[in-house]
Amino acid sequence: MSPESAAGTTVTVAIGAAGDVVLARQSARNLALDCGLSLIDQTKLVTAVSELARNTLIHGGGGGMRASIVRDGVRRGVSAVFEDSGPGIADLDLAMTDGWTSGTGLGLGLSGSRRLVDSFEIDTVPGRGTSVAIVKWAR
Amino acid sequence: MAEQDARRLVALLSSDDRRLETRWVEVVTSTLGGRMSRAEIERELSEFYRALEAALRSGDTDPHGDAFAEVRALLNELSRNRARQGFTPSETAVSVFAIKQALEPDLVKSSDPQAILDYLGLSQLLDALGMFTVEAYARAREEIISAQSEQLLELSTPVVKLWEGVIAVPLVGTLDSARTMVVMEKMLQALIDTGSEQAIIDITGVPAVDTQVAQHLLKTVVAARLMGAECTISGIRPQIAQTIVALGIEFGDIVTKATLADALRHALGRSVGDTSPLTARRR
Amino acid sequence: MSLRVPVLRIGDSLLVSIQTDLDDGSVLVLQEDLAARVVEDGATGVVIDISAVEIVDSFVGRMLATIAAISRMLDAETVVVGMRPAVAITLVELGLTLGGVRTALTLEKGLKVLDDARDQRPQGLPDDPELR
Repeated sequence: MSPESAAGTTVTVAIGAAGDVVLARQSARNLALDCGLSLIDQTKLVTAVSELARNTLIHGGGGGMRASIVRDGVRRGVSAVFEDSGPGIADLDLAMTDGWTSGTGLGLGLSGSRRLVDSFEIDTVPGRGTSVAIVKWAR
Repeated sequence: MAEQDARRLVALLSSDDRRLETRWVEVVTSTLGGRMSRAEIERELSEFYRALEAALRSGDTDPHGDAFAEVRALLNELSRNRARQGFTPSETAVSVFAIKQALEPDLVKSSDPQAILDYLGLSQLLDALGMFTVEAYARAREEIISAQSEQLLELSTPVVKLWEGVIAVPLVGTLDSARTMVVMEKMLQALIDTGSEQAIIDITGVPAVDTQVAQHLLKTVVAARLMGAECTISGIRPQIAQTIVALGIEFGDIVTKATLADALRHALGRSVGDTSPLTARRR
Repeated sequence: MSLRVPVLRIGDSLLVSIQTDLDDGSVLVLQEDLAARVVEDGATGVVIDISAVEIVDSFVGRMLATIAAISRMLDAETVVVGMRPAVAITLVELGLTLGGVRTALTLEKGLKVLDDARDQRPQGLPDDPELR
């Protein structure tokens, strides 16, 4: 089911410091522009990337993002995969139903990010790390 | 297929090639019924012919391979042009398939069984290229249709300024998820462009509302509030009210009015009382 | 790469225009600067202009809510102005509220909101001889 990456479009961003979250956003935005995503879709994608990159940094202890333009038959989209070798998520179900508050709190923002994108896959092993893969298609 | 096959195909194509090409151009011209000038067709096909020969000369007969990249690019352009000009898929693919027709007279005259095998080989190749042409045509048509429906959407979703600080979006017809989203985005942008703090979404002209649409409307109202504006929904008919309640969708404190007039009155009441707690409500 | 966001004074309010992507460092500095200025200037209002902000994620959302909370504690009201439609739509989808922060479409309207809030505050001391 995995869409194929368009050759030469892959961008890799190491996420080790706060400034890298900004880099991840910019990379995602550039790919979104190349892909012809609408402004709203661009905003949603980049916001999701920001959330997930931040998660990778703060909860995953650092890691990286690999983003590229993908095709699935006729349509094109942006794919981004976030990986870290952090503590992983112990209770994934709970994390995915995490309600949002604007206060402090763990707020992994996973459920929110999922609503912003078209496909969202998460793989986590407590003690080993987490990987989140998202795709946003151009309409 | 082996390299020698490729070479034989080249030989087939280039033997007495002026005659072959001429016949080919004739078949295509007659199919297109004068909607394209012969000169144009000649130019197009001759380019394709050269590219096809060149590709075969390289020894490859795989239409999807690198050797045929230029051929594919030319066919892509040809298909897109035909699609834009309103030709049918057949009229487009004929440009490729006509080569077979052009070859037939020679084939009939020949007594060499190898000639038939060569023809079959070429035929296979041309079939694949013909399919490619049809697919490229279909893609081009889809793009055109999608651009046209976008334009239609733009035209059919007007946002009107009802009063100083009040805009309205009268929705008419069946709403689908995609259309609703576009309309809502336009409305939010209009709030900024007109400096209005109130918006009225009128659904008098909407026969039915499903869960997705109702949720989009809700989300739009919440988004407007986040921006610092307020939204009223008007024109909710009894059936729609029943549907929404049955779907279990909570409209909370969103104001809904039966008619656009009521909604306008309400909005003006809010504007006049500019210092009212409503406009300074915490989000 | 911490940028210091300038804080301007407009009447009794402070204005902050957020232009670029802020990192953690800049956010903390901004929060401190604002708190200090609210006290220094005796400001009763804070306007945060996000019209140049294209992405508001939970981090930025929390920043806005935090600034509002800190300001309130220092007796100043906060209003966020200029939110872009794409941002608003995305925030709704994210399910992120700004936790009680007021919003207005423009700087002008935002200042008006703050003026109105100020007008509703009790003025001066109550007329009680004991307190003179």
